[in-house]
Formats: sequence, structure tokens, C-alpha cells
Amino acid sequence: MDTLFEFFSFNDPNVLIVTLGTFFLGAISATTGCFAFLRKRSLVGDAVAHAILPGIALAFMIGQEKNPIILIIGALISGWIALLSIDHISKNSKIKSDTAIGLVLSVFFGFGILLLTRIQHSGAGNQAGLDKFLFGKAASMSVQDVQTFAIVGLITLIILSSFYKEFKLISFNPDYASSVGLPVRTLEFFLSSLTVLAITTGIQSVGVVLMAALLITPAAAARSWTHRLGSMILLSALFGAFAGLTGTYISYTAPRMPTGPWVVMALSFFALFSLVFAPKRGVLSRIRQQRKNREKIITENILKAMYQIGERHGAQGDVVTEEVLQEKRSFLKREFSLGVRLLRKRLWIIESPEGWKLTTSGVTEASRVVRLHRLWEMYLNQKMNLQADHIHPNAETIEHIITPEIERELIRELDRPERDPHDREIPYTS
Amino acid sequence: METALEVHNLTVSYSRKPVLWDVDFSLPKGKLIGIVGPNGSGKTTLLRTIMGLLRPDSGYVKIFDQPLNDVRERVSYVPQRESVDWDFPASVMDVVEMGRYRRSSIFKRLTQHDRQLSKESLEKVQMLEYANRQISQLSGGQQQRVFIARSLAQQADLYLMDEPFVGVDAATEDAILSLLTEMRDQGKTVIIVHHDLQTAYDYFDWIVLMNTRLVASGPVEEVFTRDLLQDAYGGRLTVLSKIGDLISKEEFPLRERDFKDRES
Repeated sequence: MDTLFEFFSFNDPNVLIVTLGTFFLGAISATTGCFAFLRKRSLVGDAVAHAILPGIALAFMIGQEKNPIILIIGALISGWIALLSIDHISKNSKIKSDTAIGLVLSVFFGFGILLLTRIQHSGAGNQAGLDKFLFGKAASMSVQDVQTFAIVGLITLIILSSFYKEFKLISFNPDYASSVGLPVRTLEFFLSSLTVLAITTGIQSVGVVLMAALLITPAAAARSWTHRLGSMILLSALFGAFAGLTGTYISYTAPRMPTGPWVVMALSFFALFSLVFAPKRGVLSRIRQQRKNREKIITENILKAMYQIGERHGAQGDVVTEEVLQEKRSFLKREFSLGVRLLRKRLWIIESPEGWKLTTSGVTEASRVVRLHRLWEMYLNQKMNLQADHIHPNAETIEHIITPEIERELIRELDRPERDPHDREIPYTS
Repeated sequence: METALEVHNLTVSYSRKPVLWDVDFSLPKGKLIGIVGPNGSGKTTLLRTIMGLLRPDSGYVKIFDQPLNDVRERVSYVPQRESVDWDFPASVMDVVEMGRYRRSSIFKRLTQHDRQLSKESLEKVQMLEYANRQISQLSGGQQQRVFIARSLAQQADLYLMDEPFVGVDAATEDAILSLLTEMRDQGKTVIIVHHDLQTAYDYFDWIVLMNTRLVASGPVEEVFTRDLLQDAYGGRLTVLSKIGDLISKEEFPLRERDFKDRES
């Protein structure tokens, strides 16, 4: 707790600089990353991150110093050449786009490493710190760096808010955008430039290799929580910024820990957490849904079996023993007791010493299931021309998912049939 | 008879292979028109070329006697439903409002009028109650209706729709058709890419029958003859296909330079 307080007091100006820097970086790349993610250009982001290296090296060789503005311009140019190369190769040759991405990534990165090695060996005084582009070194951020990030953030914000609705359209449906006369190529140029810009600034903190994570992971995490583009971008930026904060804090408390990789670790944690716990899209909610389905199937099957036994006896609501039920349809022991427990809880059956009997509401519910089963068999038989002896397995499953709305439609389309294809009565409540 | 669309000597190729050969026809205003042909006959390519999304190797397109760029706001395009990812984070209303985006509206917010028109368009396709629904939760027929609503919101005079009846249930198909007929009766021109011969005769006033080349274009009674249909659906022309393969393999140009200039 003490370190947390100490950290946020920012008594150490260096801590403040690094925190602000990673905070901005996280937010910037997460924001633009949303569009790369939605346009399915995640891999391109990774390629561009690698392809920036020769630009930085060349800018350093020409400028002979580590001026962030010159380096960014160099990076922008080489990132852009890489982007255009990918587009050009996949459009004008037989090479597919995944190969083009791989090709550009490795060629540019290889060239970058070559130049970087040359600089290292030339003995230029300022070269120290150039290798940080490779793996990132957030801890050595300067005030000037943070200023640059702030400016880049501002530019990003201005461009995104000016073209927000156009960016939305070209991400969703570029053909349509161009059909209404929007300058799609120019807009794509802006959007890609923003990505290149974010990558260029970001690699100083996490390095070329981890940059794609900073871009795409927060977007992927945010996507699982919301269905609105606006809130997705906001959430993504929050994830990015918060991961920046967390990474800095961890490397502050454990001095031997690098900042960049911890930022990415924090992001990965957010993404994993979202993947598991997000409502609807998350793994957990899907498991829950499947359990609900299983419960629905077993309870409805027991109800149906009891109803059919009643039908045979000519009266509903008599006590049915487990033995008779198992004879009617062999239930798995474990599922059967689960089903009985649920049915008793819903007051659809009542327990008696010999077995169970359907309550009035139980009979209604059971007749609904039987009705759906038989209606669906009618539909299969009449509308899909399936033989009467082929339709039962299909109807066994479908009876559980037919909604009241579809039930009404079935009754209307079949003209409220009295008997099913096996000549059994279809029970209607009204 | 006024002309809504003129396609002049259009030759288009996909990765160097010609898909359309010298297609040439004019379509009248105020009609419901079907572009009909077997799978792979170049219907979608034709539509995309008309909308300026593909560059022809030769020939040109004129809409209301003008190049497309001068009449953009009078033309509306409905792409194939499967051509987009419906898992995109947007609501039904978001998508329909896209019909109000213009080159001139960059930097501007949508107006009250734009929102009004979007709502009315949704109402016309009976989807207003779904306005706030996520597009990923829609059925195929509903997605198609959202695309049509977006197009209606454009308030155009000429509509080009790519297979609006694919993946749609019978009731929706009827509803869409009566909407299109109503638009036709209001003087709009509606051009539809359609692959189902069975319904084509009943649906359209005018038919463009094609199979990589134009087979016929005219009023439905004139085009729906045994000979012409046989011509379009009896497979591709053998020699033409061979020439196409050859052009693609040898990387041969589709037009010599001086002819290209003369045509456009």
C-alpha cells in the first residue's frame, strides 16, 4: 500500500514522466487500434510496426541525432511505404495478402536490423538508446518524448472526431462509402496514417515486437463488452491507458521489471478476463447458456414422458413411479434426479411415496411440450415431405426451442391440425 | 422514352480475366428492371462497374446522360448482404443513417432532417421497432431490409440492388417486392441483380439477360423466349471462354491503346 501511495504522489519526477508517457501511448494506440481491428487489419499493424525500423535508422543516420520529430517522420515514411507495398503486392500479383504481409514484414525488419547494426558499429555518440526501438525502454522516457506523445494524442483525437462517421462507414462497408461519393482512398490514408503514427510513438515504450499487442489487444477486449462503436473506442482507450499505468507501477515496485512487457501483460490480462467474463460473448456466459439448455431438455423430457403415460391411462395427474418412467424412456440417473429436483422446485410435479404426479400447471406445461413436438412433426411431414417414421428424432430436439411466436405461426400455417402424423391427438389448451 | 442508364461497350476483367465482353444497353426510366443470368455470368461485376467500384478495360457508363460523379446523389447502391461483416458494432439506426452521409457532409453532424428520413425509411421496410437492435442480432431477411432502408434514406432516383432476395423468407420477399413496385410507380428506376428465373418473369418490367456477354435487353415479354433463355443458360460460349483464358495467361491487353482512347 505504501508503494502505491508513494507511486501516485509522483515525488520522483521521472515516475511522473514515465507514467504520463505510457498512459498516453496506451490510450492513443488503443483508440486507433479499434479501427485496425474492425477493418480486419490487425496483422498489417504488426507488419507496419516491424517495417518502421529502417525508417528510424535512416532518419538517425541522416539527422545524426535522436530528435523525436525527425525519427517519427522517418518512421512514418517507411511505415507508409510498407503499407502501400502490402496493398500493391496483394492487388497486382498472384501473391495472397497474408504472404504479402509476411514478406513486407521480414524484408523491412531485416533491412532495419542491418542499418541498426551498422549504426551501432559506426560509433556515433548518440546511438545509445536506438536499440530501445527493438524491445522498448519506457523507463528512459524524456520530457520531450511525453510532449511528443501528447501532441500525437491531440492530432489523433482531432482527426478521429472530425471523420468519425466516415471512418465508421469505411470500416463497415467501404464499397458503399465509395458509392455515395466519399473519398474512400483519402479517408483510408488518414486512418492508416493514424495507425502508423500510433505505432511510431508506441514502439519507444514497448518496442517493435510487442507493438501489435498495444494496438489490437485493447480493441479485442473492448469489443466483447459493448455493441456500440463509440463506447468500444472509449473502453479500448481506457484499457490501454490503464494497462500503461499498471505496467509502470509494476516496474516501479519491482525495479528489475521492464515496463513495456508489463504493459502488454496487463493488456493480455484484460483481454483474457473479457474473453471469459463478458456477457453474451464470454466463455462463461456460453457455458451458463448450455447448462440452461440441458436443464430445459431434461425437465421437458420428464414432463413429456409423464404426460404420455397419463395419455395411455386416459387420465392426467396420477402418480407415476420412477420404474414406469424409466421404462417409458431410459433417462440417465444423474440427469433424471436433476430434472425431478427442478420440476419440484417449479411446482410442476408433487412427490408422493410411490413416485410423482403432475400438478395442474405441470399438466399445462407438459401438454405444451407434447403439442410442440406433434406440431413440429406435422410440419416436417407436410411442409418438408419427410416420412412419418423419419421425423421423431428431429422433433425430439426442436420441441425444446420453439418459441410461442413460432408456435402461433406453426398453428396458422398448418391450419390447427387435430392429429399428428402418427395419428395421436395434438393437445390444445384453448 | 427517357434513359436512366446507358452502358456503352463495357469490357471488364477480374485479375486480367475478362468477365464482361462489350456489354452495351440502355435502360428506360421508371421501370423495375432485372439483370438476370446464371451464376458467374458477371451480374455483380456489371453492377460494381456501373457504381464505379471497378474500372472497366473499355467502355463507359452514363446515368441520366451524365457521368456517375455528377449524379452521385441521385443514385443509390445496395451491395450484396454477405459483402459486409454483420458483427460490426453498430445498431440498425446507425446503418440506416449511413444513407445520409455525403461528400458534402464530411465534418458535419447529421441533421434532424437526416434522422427523420432514416426513421421513415425504416418504417417503410417495417423495421422501425428494431431501430436500436444490434445488427449482429438480425436475421438474414432483416439485414436485407436494413440495407434497403439505408438505400431509401438516400432519396435517390435510380436504385441498383445486388441480389436483395437472397436468404430472405417468402413473406419478406413479398414485402420487399411491393415496396420496389411502389417506388417504380412513383417514377423511380429500380435495377435488380436477380438469379432466380422462376420469379423474374413476374417481378420485372424489363429484363437484361446476360452470360458474360449481353444476350438480350428489353421488355420482359420480348426477352423471355425459349431461344434467348437457352442462349443465356446453355453454358458459356466455348471459344469466348478460351479467348478469355488465353488473355489472362498471356497477360495480353484487352484493348489496343488507340481504340481505348476512341471509346472513352
